Amino acid sequence: MRVLELDNVVGGYGDTQILHGVSMHVDAGEIVVIIGPNGAGKSTAMKAVFGLLKLTGGAVLLDGKAITNTPPEQVVRQGVCYVPQTGNIFPSLSVEENLEMGAFVRTDDFRPRLNEIYEMFPPLHEKRLQAAGTLSGGQRQMVAMGKALMLEPKILLLDEPTAGLSPKFRGEIFETVKQINSAGTPILMVEQNAKQALGIASRGYVLVDGKNRFEGSGQDLLNDPEVAEMFLGGGKQPVPSGKA
Amino acid sequence: MDQQLYGYGLYIISLLTMGGIYAILTLGLNVQWGFTGLFNAGIAGFFGIGAYTAAILTTSPHTSHLGGFELPYVVAAIAAMLISGIIAFGVGKVCLKLRSDYLAIATIGIAEIFRLILKNETDITNGPRGISQIPKPFENLPEPWNQLAFLGLVLGTLLLVYVMLEVARKSPWGRVMTAIRDNETSARAAGKNVETFRMEGFVIGCMIMALAGAFMAHYLKFIDPNATDPLLATFIVFVMLVVGGSANNKGAILGAFVIWTLWSASEILTTQLPSELAIRTAYIRIFIIGLVLQFFLQKFPQGILPETRPSSPGKNKS
Amino acid sequence: MNEFINFYLIPGLVLGSIYALGAIGITMTFGILRFANFAHGETMTLGVYFTWSLVQFTDIHPLLLLPVSMVLTVGCVLLIDRGFYKPLRNSPTIILVIASFGLMLMVRSVVQFFWGVQLKTVLPGIQMPIVWFDYLRLSPKHIYIIGGALVLMYAVHYLLTYTKIGKAMRAMSDSPELARLTGIDTEKVVRTTWIVGATLACAAGVFLAVDTQVDTMMGFNLLLPMFAAAILGGVGKPYGAMAGGLIIGIAEEISTYPWLGDLWQFNPGYKQAIAFFIMIIMLLWRPTGLFRGKSF
Repeated sequence: MRVLELDNVVGGYGDTQILHGVSMHVDAGEIVVIIGPNGAGKSTAMKAVFGLLKLTGGAVLLDGKAITNTPPEQVVRQGVCYVPQTGNIFPSLSVEENLEMGAFVRTDDFRPRLNEIYEMFPPLHEKRLQAAGTLSGGQRQMVAMGKALMLEPKILLLDEPTAGLSPKFRGEIFETVKQINSAGTPILMVEQNAKQALGIASRGYVLVDGKNRFEGSGQDLLNDPEVAEMFLGGGKQPVPSGKA
Repeated sequence: MDQQLYGYGLYIISLLTMGGIYAILTLGLNVQWGFTGLFNAGIAGFFGIGAYTAAILTTSPHTSHLGGFELPYVVAAIAAMLISGIIAFGVGKVCLKLRSDYLAIATIGIAEIFRLILKNETDITNGPRGISQIPKPFENLPEPWNQLAFLGLVLGTLLLVYVMLEVARKSPWGRVMTAIRDNETSARAAGKNVETFRMEGFVIGCMIMALAGAFMAHYLKFIDPNATDPLLATFIVFVMLVVGGSANNKGAILGAFVIWTLWSASEILTTQLPSELAIRTAYIRIFIIGLVLQFFLQKFPQGILPETRPSSPGKNKS
Repeated sequence: MNEFINFYLIPGLVLGSIYALGAIGITMTFGILRFANFAHGETMTLGVYFTWSLVQFTDIHPLLLLPVSMVLTVGCVLLIDRGFYKPLRNSPTIILVIASFGLMLMVRSVVQFFWGVQLKTVLPGIQMPIVWFDYLRLSPKHIYIIGGALVLMYAVHYLLTYTKIGKAMRAMSDSPELARLTGIDTEKVVRTTWIVGATLACAAGVFLAVDTQVDTMMGFNLLLPMFAAAILGGVGKPYGAMAGGLIIGIAEEISTYPWLGDLWQFNPGYKQAIAFFIMIIMLLWRPTGLFRGKSF
């Protein structure tokens, strides 16, 4: 059952076209990773799902229903939660208040879910009254993810969750992602750390210049010599064109 | 019948004269806002500096205020521009780094401070009672030649300022200004000293505003601190620029004449009303000008004449 | 010392409370709607004149009529937002500032048209101050003003700390983009911001009118000190605005105290310039303000 599907999406910002017909899907229970060189349109594809840019072609489907070009505040209510790469927490609010805001759309009592999140992320419970902006990078990412999970979304979109983190924390974040997934949430993740990301992925897509280039299971992509040459440490990266 | 036509004629002359003075003022604002992207909400202050400097330097000796220099008009005008430029430099050093709405608040503060100085330093300015009997160029000529000559002077100066600003706009200097206004980071990366260019735009704009102030002082032959009431000076000039078209010098001039005519003509209409209502209709006129502004901001933010970009060297004219 | 407290410090506290209430609205608009609202002073003017009319019709004490004038003022502000600010929600900040500048003049001209420009009073007669403990001279209206301001400030604190919409306001002030992504109802937050700001502004205006008189230029005269207070406290920080307002109010009043000798060292004609100077110093020295609000 396809939870999320992008079908040949075309779009960009203003006059600049970034996506030239990108297709991908996420099934129940999967972790799907998008990798590719800078400017390939990875984050753009994710933003397209969330209604943050205008798509001029193709469709985005959630559980089979079209949500193409739906504004972000509606997409959230449909059950898609998005954690942007930066600016993903409210720094002056406490950890608990951040999580509370994550549950804004809920009309029922969010406390049970809050406790579940605290169980998943014990450090957050410890620091729940502290201002989120004073936490370390890794803990902030935890707050961002916890906040997104407060709505028990149908799918979680993560944009480069390990960006700017030291190797030790990167590993922890990937473990957390696996943990969230095994608790029942499918995940679509854009990542720059291709090797580690593919290591935990069910499947992956490689985007170059706004188009699909490779796809396959996480293991297959890791073992593919062309992919390895492009991204996993061997040879020069292709020169991207398009997005400024 | 002849008398009536003559009356209308004089009215048109005064309309064009005031419109012309406001056009100079609007051109000054255009340099700051249209070209440099600086929100100067203290127009009234620099206008007042020009007006008072011209007044003080050209009036005969007076016990109630500083004066007695009786200098020629040109000298007084240049002095007004220089003093305004110097003060603008000082203000700019302090305020230009601020983001646009902070700059707006700071410049309104400056204009208010200036008004307080005008009110309090009565030895120099005669306080709230203002300076009167300011000499006016050509006033010794018989009517209507005195009015026409003065109008000619205003329009001539307006033309001169317009030409100079157009030359500046198309020059490399003007292109850098536009680049800075549109994308400061790129301009900085390209090695341009953004602060210096901004300061130049600010100072030049304030000097032009002071020139307009000097003209106003001579035209009305009287100036007082209420000339710097935020309404007439600052607000109306912004409306003129938004409606006419910001970043476009022709637009600035067009906007000035259009809005001034609207303002002035509406005054004629209200004098037909009974006196108790007539006082209050001033407020309706302000409300309508404000409504015009909101309409343009929402529907035509570019104004009547949108910005024309100077073409790069070597490019063919389309 | 007695003279200092009674004739300088206490008036400073009264004025500071008024500035504080107005500045909270300005700092919230700055933080959540992201623009400097030049028309905020006129919101206060509206509140005052509504109150004046109500006093004429009902003969009730103006402070008791506050709830009614608050409702009227809030109604007007919401209509203004709908008609003039909402269409410009996605325009550059500077366009909103110009629009608010225009609204400042439009609202004032409406008030001047309907009520005229003569000075009026909202509380006729002279109130005799009461002497407390043989030392303090406080008139009842000063007590009401300072007390009322404290109650309102506490209400704001309660709203921001314990209610869902209050936390959403703080969240949106941190990042409107993230608020939108999180699913926060941003239009509701915007509406609440206007409601809170207008309620406080109405109170501030009426307090000032009760303390002095009713004048169509009241709002504009308060604008600069309120902006200064918001900047001093840190833009977007309501507690900063409260502190900033009190500091500026007190500074203005004690500036003319004859510290040395019998006559003031600082010309009272320039009192209004103090707020401006404090603001400029803050902008140059520490633009984020005392409470580390937004910097740009």
